[in-house]
Amino acid sequence: MTVPTLLSARGLSLRFGSIPALVSVDIDLWPGEMLAIVGESGSGKTTLLNVLSGLTKPDDGAVWYRGPNGHMHEVHAMPAPALRTLHRSDWGFVHQDPRRNLRMTVSAGGNIGERLMAAGARHYGDIRAQALHWLAQVEIDADRLDDFPRTFSGGMLQRLQIARTLVTHPRLVFMDEPTGGLDVSVQARLLDLIRTLVARLGIAAVLVTHDIAVARLLAQRIAVMQRGVVVETGLTDQVLDDPQHPYTQLLVSSVLHT
Amino acid sequence: MKGYNFAYLDEQTKRMIRRALLKAVAIPGHQVPFGSREMPLPYGWGTGGIQVTASILGPDDVLKVIDQGADDTTNAVSIRRFFARTAGVATTTHTAEATVIQTRHRIPETPLREDQIIVYQVPQPEPLFRLEPSRVETRRMHALADYGLMHVKLYEDIARHGQISISYDYPVLVNGRYLMSPSPIPAFDNPKMDGMAALQLFGAGREKRIYAIPPWTQVRSLDFDDHPFRAINAPGNCGLCGASDSYLDEVVTDDKGGRLFVCSDTDHCAERRAAGHIGAEGLRDAVE
Repeated sequence: MTVPTLLSARGLSLRFGSIPALVSVDIDLWPGEMLAIVGESGSGKTTLLNVLSGLTKPDDGAVWYRGPNGHMHEVHAMPAPALRTLHRSDWGFVHQDPRRNLRMTVSAGGNIGERLMAAGARHYGDIRAQALHWLAQVEIDADRLDDFPRTFSGGMLQRLQIARTLVTHPRLVFMDEPTGGLDVSVQARLLDLIRTLVARLGIAAVLVTHDIAVARLLAQRIAVMQRGVVVETGLTDQVLDDPQHPYTQLLVSSVLHT
Repeated sequence: MKGYNFAYLDEQTKRMIRRALLKAVAIPGHQVPFGSREMPLPYGWGTGGIQVTASILGPDDVLKVIDQGADDTTNAVSIRRFFARTAGVATTTHTAEATVIQTRHRIPETPLREDQIIVYQVPQPEPLFRLEPSRVETRRMHALADYGLMHVKLYEDIARHGQISISYDYPVLVNGRYLMSPSPIPAFDNPKMDGMAALQLFGAGREKRIYAIPPWTQVRSLDFDDHPFRAINAPGNCGLCGASDSYLDEVVTDDKGGRLFVCSDTDHCAERRAAGHIGAEGLRDAVE
Protein backbone atom coordinates (compact mmCIF):
# COMPACT_ATOMS: atom_id res chain seq x y z
CA MET A 1 0.00 0.00 0.00
CA THR A 2 1.54 3.30 -1.06
CA VAL A 3 -0.88 5.56 0.83
CA PRO A 4 0.20 5.84 4.51
CA THR A 5 -2.24 4.65 7.14
CA LEU A 6 -4.15 7.06 9.36
CA LEU A 7 -4.38 4.70 12.32
CA SER A 8 -2.39 1.52 12.91
CA ALA A 9 -2.47 -0.94 15.76
CA ARG A 10 -0.09 -3.85 16.25
CA GLY A 11 -0.33 -6.73 18.72
CA LEU A 12 -2.99 -5.21 20.99
CA SER A 13 -3.63 -7.46 23.97
CA LEU A 14 -5.71 -6.85 27.04
CA ARG A 15 -7.01 -9.15 29.75
CA PHE A 16 -9.70 -8.41 32.30
CA GLY A 17 -8.61 -10.84 34.99
CA SER A 18 -8.84 -14.28 33.42
CA ILE A 19 -10.90 -13.04 30.45
CA PRO A 20 -8.93 -12.29 27.27
CA ALA A 21 -10.66 -9.15 25.92
CA LEU A 22 -8.14 -8.60 23.11
CA VAL A 23 -5.65 -11.14 21.76
CA SER A 24 -2.87 -9.66 19.62
CA VAL A 25 -5.12 -7.54 17.42
CA ASP A 26 -3.72 -5.72 14.37
CA ILE A 27 -5.75 -2.93 12.77
CA ASP A 28 -5.01 -0.58 9.88
CA LEU A 29 -7.18 2.33 8.82
CA TRP A 30 -6.54 4.49 5.79
CA PRO A 31 -7.71 8.09 5.36
CA GLY A 32 -11.34 8.46 4.30
CA GLU A 33 -12.33 4.82 4.76
CA MET A 34 -14.78 3.25 7.14
CA LEU A 35 -13.83 0.08 8.96
CA ALA A 36 -16.55 -1.95 10.64
CA ILE A 37 -15.78 -4.13 13.63
CA VAL A 38 -18.46 -6.79 13.94
CA GLY A 39 -19.00 -9.65 16.33
CA GLU A 40 -21.40 -10.81 18.96
CA SER A 41 -21.81 -9.13 22.29
CA GLY A 42 -18.80 -9.68 24.55
CA SER A 43 -16.42 -10.32 21.66
CA GLY A 44 -14.28 -7.29 22.54
CA LYS A 45 -15.56 -4.79 19.94
CA THR A 46 -16.12 -1.89 22.32
CA THR A 47 -12.93 -2.69 24.24
CA LEU A 48 -11.02 -2.50 20.96
CA LEU A 49 -12.64 0.87 20.21
CA ASN A 50 -11.67 2.20 23.64
CA VAL A 51 -8.09 1.00 23.21
CA LEU A 52 -7.80 2.46 19.70
CA SER A 53 -9.09 5.82 20.91
CA GLY A 54 -6.66 5.92 23.83
CA LEU A 55 -9.33 5.67 26.53
CA THR A 56 -8.15 2.25 27.75
CA LYS A 57 -4.50 1.26 27.99
CA PRO A 58 -3.66 -2.17 26.51
CA ASP A 59 -1.47 -4.68 28.37
CA ASP A 60 0.62 -5.08 25.25
CA GLY A 61 0.89 -3.61 21.77
CA ALA A 62 0.67 -0.06 20.46
CA VAL A 63 -1.58 2.27 18.48
CA TRP A 64 -0.16 4.92 16.13
CA TYR A 65 -2.04 7.86 14.70
CA ARG A 66 -0.85 10.09 11.86
CA GLY A 67 -1.55 13.72 12.73
CA PRO A 68 -2.50 16.41 10.17
CA ASN A 69 1.18 17.32 9.76
CA GLY A 70 2.10 13.75 8.77
CA HIS A 71 3.87 12.78 12.01
CA MET A 72 3.03 9.48 13.66
CA HIS A 73 2.02 9.65 17.33
CA GLU A 74 1.89 6.66 19.63
CA VAL A 75 -1.55 7.20 21.13
CA HIS A 76 -0.90 5.65 24.54
CA ALA A 77 2.40 7.47 24.95
CA MET A 78 0.84 10.90 24.34
CA PRO A 79 0.63 13.29 27.29
CA ALA A 80 -2.92 13.69 28.66
CA PRO A 81 -3.40 17.30 27.40
CA ALA A 82 -2.40 16.32 23.84
CA LEU A 83 -4.72 13.30 23.84
CA ARG A 84 -7.57 15.46 25.16
CA THR A 85 -6.96 18.06 22.46
CA LEU A 86 -6.97 15.28 19.87
CA HIS A 87 -10.31 14.02 21.17
CA ARG A 88 -11.73 17.53 21.03
CA SER A 89 -10.60 18.45 17.54
CA ASP A 90 -9.13 15.89 15.17
CA TRP A 91 -11.12 12.96 16.55
CA GLY A 92 -14.75 12.38 17.33
CA PHE A 93 -16.54 9.77 19.42
CA VAL A 94 -20.17 8.86 18.78
CA HIS A 95 -21.68 6.83 21.61
CA GLN A 96 -24.60 4.47 21.41
CA ASP A 97 -26.35 6.55 24.06
CA PRO A 98 -26.26 10.21 22.95
CA ARG A 99 -26.88 11.31 26.55
CA ARG A 100 -23.34 10.23 27.38
CA ASN A 101 -21.97 12.83 25.03
CA LEU A 102 -24.54 15.62 25.09
CA ARG A 103 -25.10 18.15 27.86
CA MET A 104 -28.79 17.78 28.60
CA THR A 105 -29.02 21.15 30.41
CA VAL A 106 -27.50 23.09 27.51
CA SER A 107 -29.37 24.07 24.34
CA ALA A 108 -28.77 22.29 21.02
CA GLY A 109 -26.75 25.27 19.78
CA GLY A 110 -24.56 25.26 22.89
CA ASN A 111 -24.00 21.53 22.52
CA ILE A 112 -22.83 21.91 18.93
CA GLY A 113 -20.73 24.96 19.79
CA GLU A 114 -18.90 23.45 22.77
CA ARG A 115 -16.11 21.83 20.75
CA LEU A 116 -15.62 25.06 18.80
CA MET A 117 -15.38 27.07 22.02
CA ALA A 118 -13.02 24.51 23.56
CA ALA A 119 -10.86 24.95 20.46
CA GLY A 120 -10.79 28.71 21.08
CA ALA A 121 -13.71 30.12 19.03
CA ARG A 122 -14.70 33.43 20.68
CA HIS A 123 -17.16 34.96 18.22
CA TYR A 124 -20.77 34.35 19.24
CA GLY A 125 -22.21 35.08 15.79
CA ASP A 126 -19.82 32.67 14.08
CA ILE A 127 -20.46 29.90 16.61
CA ARG A 128 -24.20 30.32 16.16
CA ALA A 129 -23.92 30.31 12.38
CA GLN A 130 -21.86 27.10 12.57
CA ALA A 131 -24.42 25.53 14.90
CA LEU A 132 -27.23 26.41 12.49
CA HIS A 133 -25.25 25.02 9.58
CA TRP A 134 -24.67 21.71 11.36
CA LEU A 135 -28.25 21.49 12.52
CA ALA A 136 -29.24 21.68 8.85
CA GLN A 137 -26.61 19.06 7.94
CA VAL A 138 -28.20 16.56 10.31
CA GLU A 139 -31.72 17.50 9.17
CA ILE A 140 -32.96 19.17 12.36
CA ASP A 141 -35.15 22.27 11.96
CA ALA A 142 -33.37 25.58 12.53
CA ASP A 143 -36.01 26.69 15.06
CA ARG A 144 -34.87 23.93 17.44
CA LEU A 145 -31.49 25.69 17.89
CA ASP A 146 -32.28 27.03 21.37
CA ASP A 147 -34.26 23.99 22.56
CA PHE A 148 -32.93 21.62 25.20
CA PRO A 149 -31.95 18.10 24.12
CA ARG A 150 -34.49 16.65 26.54
CA THR A 151 -37.25 17.84 24.21
CA PHE A 152 -35.68 15.85 21.32
CA SER A 153 -36.65 12.35 20.19
CA GLY A 154 -34.13 9.48 20.30
CA GLY A 155 -33.27 9.77 16.61
CA MET A 156 -32.86 13.55 16.85
CA LEU A 157 -30.59 13.17 19.90
CA GLN A 158 -28.36 10.82 17.92
CA ARG A 159 -28.28 13.27 15.00
CA LEU A 160 -27.49 16.11 17.40
CA GLN A 161 -24.62 14.08 18.80
CA ILE A 162 -23.28 13.60 15.29
CA ALA A 163 -23.54 17.34 14.58
CA ARG A 164 -21.73 18.10 17.86
CA THR A 165 -18.97 15.64 16.94
CA LEU A 166 -18.46 16.69 13.31
CA VAL A 167 -18.47 20.46 13.91
CA THR A 168 -14.68 20.61 14.27
CA HIS A 169 -14.22 18.62 11.03
CA PRO A 170 -12.53 15.61 12.63
CA ARG A 171 -10.42 13.35 10.41
CA LEU A 172 -11.27 10.23 12.40
CA VAL A 173 -14.51 9.31 14.14
CA PHE A 174 -15.08 6.36 16.45
CA MET A 175 -18.66 5.11 16.46
CA ASP A 176 -19.99 2.68 19.03
CA GLU A 177 -23.28 1.18 17.79
CA PRO A 178 -24.58 4.55 16.55
CA THR A 179 -27.89 3.02 15.45
CA GLY A 180 -28.46 0.83 18.49
CA GLY A 181 -31.70 1.35 20.37
CA LEU A 182 -33.46 3.14 17.51
CA ASP A 183 -36.45 1.82 15.58
CA VAL A 184 -35.94 0.57 12.03
CA SER A 185 -37.14 3.59 10.05
CA VAL A 186 -35.15 6.01 12.21
CA GLN A 187 -32.14 3.70 11.84
CA ALA A 188 -32.43 3.78 8.05
CA ARG A 189 -32.54 7.58 8.00
CA LEU A 190 -29.58 7.84 10.36
CA LEU A 191 -27.51 5.35 8.35
CA ASP A 192 -28.25 7.30 5.19
CA LEU A 193 -27.18 10.50 6.95
CA ILE A 194 -23.94 9.01 8.30
CA ARG A 195 -23.06 7.57 4.90
CA THR A 196 -23.68 10.89 3.12
CA LEU A 197 -21.78 13.00 5.67
CA VAL A 198 -18.81 10.66 5.92
CA ALA A 199 -18.50 10.46 2.14
CA ARG A 200 -18.89 14.21 1.63
CA LEU A 201 -16.42 15.20 4.35
CA GLY A 202 -13.93 12.40 3.63
CA ILE A 203 -13.92 11.27 7.26
CA ALA A 204 -12.29 8.03 8.29
CA ALA A 205 -14.29 6.04 10.81
CA VAL A 206 -14.09 2.96 12.99
CA LEU A 207 -17.61 1.62 13.42
CA VAL A 208 -18.50 -0.94 16.04
CA THR A 209 -21.72 -2.81 15.35
CA HIS A 210 -23.33 -6.17 15.87
CA ASP A 211 -25.53 -5.57 12.84
CA ILE A 212 -24.09 -7.09 9.65
CA ALA A 213 -26.50 -5.04 7.53
CA VAL A 214 -25.18 -1.77 8.99
CA ALA A 215 -21.61 -2.87 8.28
CA ARG A 216 -22.47 -3.84 4.68
CA LEU A 217 -24.17 -0.50 4.06
CA LEU A 218 -21.52 1.81 5.55
CA ALA A 219 -18.13 0.15 5.64
CA GLN A 220 -15.57 -0.52 2.94
CA ARG A 221 -13.65 -2.95 5.10
CA ILE A 222 -14.66 -5.21 7.93
CA ALA A 223 -12.99 -6.99 10.84
CA VAL A 224 -14.82 -9.91 12.45
CA MET A 225 -14.11 -10.49 16.15
CA GLN A 226 -14.69 -13.52 18.33
CA ARG A 227 -13.56 -13.74 21.96
CA GLY A 228 -11.02 -10.93 21.55
CA VAL A 229 -9.49 -12.32 18.34
CA VAL A 230 -9.89 -10.77 14.88
CA VAL A 231 -10.78 -13.99 13.03
CA GLU A 232 -11.27 -12.52 9.58
CA THR A 233 -10.64 -9.18 7.91
CA GLY A 234 -10.98 -7.83 4.39
CA LEU A 235 -13.26 -5.91 2.03
CA THR A 236 -16.81 -5.90 3.36
CA ASP A 237 -18.45 -7.46 0.31
CA GLN A 238 -15.73 -10.06 -0.01
CA VAL A 239 -15.93 -11.15 3.61
CA LEU A 240 -19.72 -11.16 3.79
CA ASP A 241 -20.31 -12.82 0.40
CA ASP A 242 -17.57 -15.42 0.78
CA PRO A 243 -16.87 -15.92 4.47
CA GLN A 244 -13.83 -18.15 5.14
CA HIS A 245 -13.82 -18.52 8.92
CA PRO A 246 -16.49 -20.75 10.46
CA TYR A 247 -17.54 -18.00 12.88
CA THR A 248 -18.02 -15.49 10.05
CA GLN A 249 -20.02 -18.10 8.17
CA LEU A 250 -22.20 -18.53 11.24
CA LEU A 251 -22.67 -14.75 11.61
CA VAL A 252 -23.61 -14.26 7.95
CA SER A 253 -25.97 -17.23 7.88
CA SER A 254 -27.71 -16.05 11.05
CA VAL A 255 -28.94 -12.85 9.32
CA LEU A 256 -32.61 -13.13 8.49
CA HIS A 257 -33.39 -13.01 4.80
CA THR A 258 -36.72 -11.68 3.65
CA MET B 1 -6.19 40.10 74.71
CA LYS B 2 -5.39 37.80 77.61
CA GLY B 3 -5.57 34.07 76.94
CA TYR B 4 -5.45 34.42 73.18
CA ASN B 5 -2.53 34.41 70.77
CA PHE B 6 -2.02 37.55 68.64
CA ALA B 7 -4.85 37.71 66.06
CA TYR B 8 -6.66 34.69 67.55
CA LEU B 9 -5.00 31.89 65.49
CA ASP B 10 -1.98 30.02 66.91
CA GLU B 11 1.38 30.50 65.20
CA GLN B 12 1.50 27.01 63.63
CA THR B 13 -1.85 27.57 61.92
CA LYS B 14 -0.72 30.96 60.67
CA ARG B 15 2.44 29.39 59.24
CA MET B 16 0.35 26.76 57.47
CA ILE B 17 -1.90 29.45 55.96
CA ARG B 18 1.10 31.60 54.96
CA ARG B 19 2.62 28.61 53.15
CA ALA B 20 -0.64 28.22 51.22
CA LEU B 21 -0.64 31.97 50.50
CA LEU B 22 2.92 31.87 49.15
CA LYS B 23 2.00 29.01 46.84
CA ALA B 24 -1.16 30.84 45.76
CA VAL B 25 0.81 33.99 44.91
CA ALA B 26 3.31 31.91 42.95
CA ILE B 27 0.51 30.40 40.79
CA PRO B 28 -1.91 33.29 40.18
CA GLY B 29 -5.55 32.17 40.20
CA HIS B 30 -4.80 28.56 41.21
CA GLN B 31 -6.81 27.21 44.15
CA VAL B 32 -4.53 25.95 46.92
CA PRO B 33 -6.05 23.66 49.57
CA PHE B 34 -5.43 24.58 53.21
CA GLY B 35 -6.44 23.25 56.61
CA SER B 36 -9.28 25.63 57.34
CA ARG B 37 -9.94 26.07 61.08
CA GLU B 38 -13.13 26.45 63.03
CA MET B 39 -13.58 30.17 63.67
CA PRO B 40 -15.87 31.92 66.18
CA LEU B 41 -18.36 32.85 63.45
CA PRO B 42 -20.51 30.74 61.12
CA TYR B 43 -19.51 29.54 57.67
CA GLY B 44 -20.64 32.04 55.09
CA TRP B 45 -19.78 35.00 57.32
CA GLY B 46 -16.19 35.22 56.19
CA THR B 47 -14.33 32.37 57.91
CA GLY B 48 -11.92 32.12 54.95
CA GLY B 49 -11.19 35.84 54.79
CA ILE B 50 -10.78 36.14 58.56
CA GLN B 51 -8.18 33.32 58.63
CA VAL B 52 -6.18 34.92 55.81
CA THR B 53 -6.36 38.32 57.55
CA ALA B 54 -5.30 36.77 60.88
CA SER B 55 -2.20 35.20 59.33
CA ILE B 56 -0.98 38.32 57.49
CA LEU B 57 -1.76 40.87 60.21
CA GLY B 58 1.13 42.50 62.08
CA PRO B 59 0.98 44.84 65.11
CA ASP B 60 1.59 47.93 62.92
CA ASP B 61 -1.17 47.17 60.41
CA VAL B 62 -4.28 49.29 60.02
CA LEU B 63 -7.36 47.21 59.24
CA LYS B 64 -10.47 48.14 57.30
CA VAL B 65 -13.38 45.70 56.89
CA ILE B 66 -16.17 46.22 54.39
CA ASP B 67 -19.35 44.29 53.77
CA GLN B 68 -21.20 45.03 50.49
CA GLY B 69 -19.18 48.25 50.33
CA ALA B 70 -20.31 49.45 53.77
CA ASP B 71 -18.14 49.85 56.89
CA ASP B 72 -21.10 49.95 59.27
CA THR B 73 -22.97 46.67 58.66
CA THR B 74 -22.98 43.79 61.16
CA ASN B 75 -20.39 41.68 59.42
CA ALA B 76 -17.95 44.55 58.93
CA VAL B 77 -18.35 45.89 62.47
CA SER B 78 -18.00 42.44 64.06
CA ILE B 79 -14.87 41.41 62.18
CA ARG B 80 -13.25 44.82 62.71
CA ARG B 81 -13.93 44.61 66.45
CA PHE B 82 -12.76 40.98 66.52
CA PHE B 83 -9.29 41.98 65.32
CA ALA B 84 -9.20 45.14 67.40
CA ARG B 85 -9.68 42.92 70.48
CA THR B 86 -7.60 39.84 69.56
CA ALA B 87 -4.71 41.64 67.83
CA GLY B 88 -4.98 45.15 69.18
CA VAL B 89 -4.42 46.58 65.70
CA ALA B 90 -5.62 50.01 64.66
CA THR B 91 -8.79 50.02 62.55
CA THR B 92 -10.13 52.55 60.12
CA THR B 93 -12.98 53.09 57.70
CA HIS B 94 -10.84 55.15 55.30
CA THR B 95 -9.57 53.14 52.35
CA ALA B 96 -6.46 55.27 51.91
CA GLU B 97 -5.36 54.79 55.56
CA ALA B 98 -5.72 51.01 55.66
CA THR B 99 -2.86 48.57 55.05
CA VAL B 100 -5.08 45.48 55.09
CA ILE B 101 -8.65 45.55 53.76
CA GLN B 102 -10.91 42.55 54.29
CA THR B 103 -13.91 42.68 51.99
CA ARG B 104 -17.13 40.92 51.23
CA HIS B 105 -18.72 41.52 47.80
CA ARG B 106 -16.99 44.81 46.85
CA ILE B 107 -13.69 46.43 45.88
CA PRO B 108 -13.34 50.01 47.21
CA GLU B 109 -13.79 52.81 44.67
CA THR B 110 -10.54 54.49 45.75
CA PRO B 111 -7.70 52.82 43.76
CA LEU B 112 -5.52 50.63 46.00
CA ARG B 113 -1.76 51.07 46.35
CA GLU B 114 1.24 48.74 46.31
CA ASP B 115 1.56 48.88 50.11
CA GLN B 116 -1.99 47.60 50.64
CA ILE B 117 -3.41 44.07 50.69
CA ILE B 118 -7.05 43.25 49.96
CA VAL B 119 -8.52 40.03 51.38
CA TYR B 120 -11.72 38.66 49.81
CA GLN B 121 -14.23 36.43 51.56
CA VAL B 122 -15.14 33.64 49.13
CA PRO B 123 -18.19 31.37 49.49
CA GLN B 124 -17.49 29.20 46.42
CA PRO B 125 -13.96 29.20 44.95
CA GLU B 126 -14.73 26.89 42.01
CA PRO B 127 -15.97 28.92 39.01
CA LEU B 128 -17.09 25.75 37.19
CA PHE B 129 -19.09 24.23 40.03
CA ARG B 130 -22.55 24.86 38.61
CA LEU B 131 -21.48 23.53 35.22
CA GLU B 132 -19.50 20.44 36.17
CA PRO B 133 -20.56 18.60 39.33
CA SER B 134 -17.40 16.48 39.66
CA ARG B 135 -14.47 18.10 41.48
CA VAL B 136 -12.11 15.52 39.99
CA GLU B 137 -13.21 16.68 36.56
CA THR B 138 -12.99 20.43 37.34
CA ARG B 139 -9.46 19.93 38.68
CA ARG B 140 -8.56 18.15 35.45
CA MET B 141 -10.09 21.01 33.46
CA HIS B 142 -7.99 23.53 35.41
CA ALA B 143 -4.87 21.41 34.93
CA LEU B 144 -5.41 21.27 31.16
CA ALA B 145 -6.72 24.88 30.90
CA ASP B 146 -9.79 23.37 29.25
CA TYR B 147 -12.33 26.16 29.76
CA GLY B 148 -14.68 25.71 26.77
CA LEU B 149 -17.46 24.82 29.19
CA MET B 150 -17.43 28.30 30.79
CA HIS B 151 -17.94 29.81 27.36
CA VAL B 152 -20.83 27.41 26.77
CA LYS B 153 -22.46 29.01 29.81
CA LEU B 154 -21.88 32.50 28.35
CA TYR B 155 -23.22 31.29 24.97
CA GLU B 156 -26.37 29.99 26.67
CA ASP B 157 -26.85 33.37 28.39
CA ILE B 158 -26.72 35.26 25.11
CA ALA B 159 -28.95 32.73 23.32
CA ARG B 160 -31.50 32.97 26.14
CA HIS B 161 -31.32 36.61 27.29
CA GLY B 162 -29.64 38.41 24.40
CA GLN B 163 -26.68 39.30 26.60
CA ILE B 164 -24.40 37.81 29.24
CA SER B 165 -26.62 37.93 32.31
CA ILE B 166 -24.01 37.29 35.01
CA SER B 167 -24.08 40.40 37.20
CA TYR B 168 -21.82 39.22 40.04
CA ASP B 169 -19.13 36.57 40.52
CA TYR B 170 -18.29 37.11 36.85
CA PRO B 171 -15.61 34.56 35.82
CA VAL B 172 -12.13 35.87 35.01
CA LEU B 173 -8.99 34.44 33.45
CA VAL B 174 -5.93 35.28 35.55
CA ASN B 175 -2.58 35.85 33.89
CA GLY B 176 -3.91 34.17 30.74
CA ARG B 177 -3.96 30.78 32.47
CA TYR B 178 -6.33 30.01 35.36
CA LEU B 179 -10.08 30.49 35.33
CA MET B 180 -11.00 32.10 38.65
CA SER B 181 -14.06 33.12 40.60
CA PRO B 182 -13.58 36.76 41.72
CA SER B 183 -15.90 36.03 44.71
CA PRO B 184 -19.39 37.58 44.53
CA ILE B 185 -18.23 41.11 43.70
CA PRO B 186 -20.38 42.88 41.09
CA ALA B 187 -19.15 42.57 37.49
CA PHE B 188 -18.74 46.35 37.78
CA ASP B 189 -15.68 45.74 40.00
CA ASN B 190 -13.99 43.21 37.68
CA PRO B 191 -11.97 45.81 35.72
CA LYS B 192 -10.46 47.02 39.03
CA MET B 193 -8.78 43.62 39.49
CA ASP B 194 -6.87 43.93 36.25
CA GLY B 195 -3.36 45.22 36.90
CA MET B 196 -4.23 46.22 40.49
CA ALA B 197 -1.28 47.62 42.45
CA ALA B 198 -2.30 45.86 45.67
CA LEU B 199 -1.89 42.16 46.44
CA GLN B 200 -5.25 40.36 46.26
CA LEU B 201 -5.82 37.32 48.51
CA PHE B 202 -8.91 35.08 48.49
CA GLY B 203 -9.97 32.80 51.34
CA ALA B 204 -12.77 30.23 51.23
CA GLY B 205 -13.19 28.78 54.74
CA ARG B 206 -15.85 26.15 54.22
CA GLU B 207 -14.37 25.00 50.90
CA LYS B 208 -10.84 25.12 52.37
CA ARG B 209 -9.23 26.90 49.43
CA ILE B 210 -6.90 29.90 49.14
CA TYR B 211 -6.00 31.70 45.93
CA ALA B 212 -4.34 34.97 45.03
CA ILE B 213 -3.59 37.56 42.38
CA PRO B 214 -0.13 39.19 42.71
CA PRO B 215 0.13 42.94 42.05
CA TRP B 216 0.13 44.12 38.42
CA THR B 217 -1.31 40.85 37.07
CA GLN B 218 -3.55 40.67 34.03
CA VAL B 219 -7.14 39.73 34.94
CA ARG B 220 -9.49 39.38 31.98
CA SER B 221 -13.26 38.94 32.23
CA LEU B 222 -14.44 36.21 29.84
CA ASP B 223 -16.52 37.36 26.88
CA PHE B 224 -17.11 36.95 23.15
CA ASP B 225 -15.54 39.14 20.45
CA ASP B 226 -18.97 40.32 19.34
CA HIS B 227 -20.43 40.44 22.88
CA PRO B 228 -17.69 42.19 24.89
CA PHE B 229 -17.71 42.35 28.68
CA ARG B 230 -19.76 45.23 30.07
CA ALA B 231 -19.54 46.61 33.60
CA ILE B 232 -23.19 46.85 34.62
CA ASN B 233 -24.33 49.64 36.95
CA ALA B 234 -27.65 51.15 37.98
CA PRO B 235 -28.83 54.02 35.74
CA GLY B 236 -28.38 57.26 37.66
CA ASN B 237 -26.13 59.14 40.05
CA CYS B 238 -25.63 58.77 43.78
CA GLY B 239 -28.44 60.66 45.54
CA LEU B 240 -26.14 61.76 48.39
CA CYS B 241 -22.85 62.69 46.73
CA GLY B 242 -23.84 62.86 43.06
CA ALA B 243 -21.16 60.40 41.93
CA SER B 244 -21.77 58.97 38.47
CA ASP B 245 -18.83 56.57 38.36
CA SER B 246 -19.29 54.55 41.55
CA TYR B 247 -21.30 51.36 42.09
CA LEU B 248 -24.82 52.20 43.26
CA ASP B 249 -27.19 50.46 45.66
CA GLU B 250 -30.93 50.93 45.22
CA VAL B 251 -32.69 51.92 48.44
CA VAL B 252 -36.49 51.84 48.73
CA THR B 253 -37.47 54.99 50.65
CA ASP B 254 -41.24 54.66 51.12
CA ASP B 255 -44.19 52.44 50.20
CA LYS B 256 -45.25 54.64 47.27
CA GLY B 257 -42.52 53.53 44.86
CA GLY B 258 -39.98 56.07 46.07
CA ARG B 259 -36.40 54.94 45.58
CA LEU B 260 -32.94 56.30 45.87
CA PHE B 261 -29.60 55.28 44.39
CA VAL B 262 -26.65 55.68 46.74
CA CYS B 263 -22.96 54.74 46.59
CA SER B 264 -22.43 51.20 47.84
CA ASP B 265 -18.96 52.27 49.06
CA THR B 266 -19.91 54.32 52.17
CA ASP B 267 -16.37 55.62 52.73
CA HIS B 268 -16.14 56.87 49.13
CA CYS B 269 -19.51 58.61 49.46
CA ALA B 270 -18.66 60.23 52.79
CA GLU B 271 -15.33 61.53 51.48
CA ARG B 272 -17.00 63.03 48.42
CA ARG B 273 -19.63 64.74 50.56
CA ALA B 274 -16.92 66.06 52.89
CA ALA B 275 -15.22 67.51 49.80
CA GLY B 276 -18.41 69.39 48.94
CA HIS B 277 -20.05 67.14 46.34
CA ILE B 278 -23.82 67.08 46.79
CA GLY B 279 -26.32 64.80 45.02
CA ALA B 280 -29.99 65.49 44.22
CA GLU B 281 -31.30 64.08 47.53
CA GLY B 282 -28.55 65.70 49.58
CA LEU B 283 -29.42 69.10 48.12
CA ARG B 284 -33.08 68.71 49.05
CA ASP B 285 -32.10 67.84 52.61
CA ALA B 286 -29.98 70.97 52.78
CA VAL B 287 -32.80 73.19 51.52
CA GLU B 288 -35.28 71.73 53.96
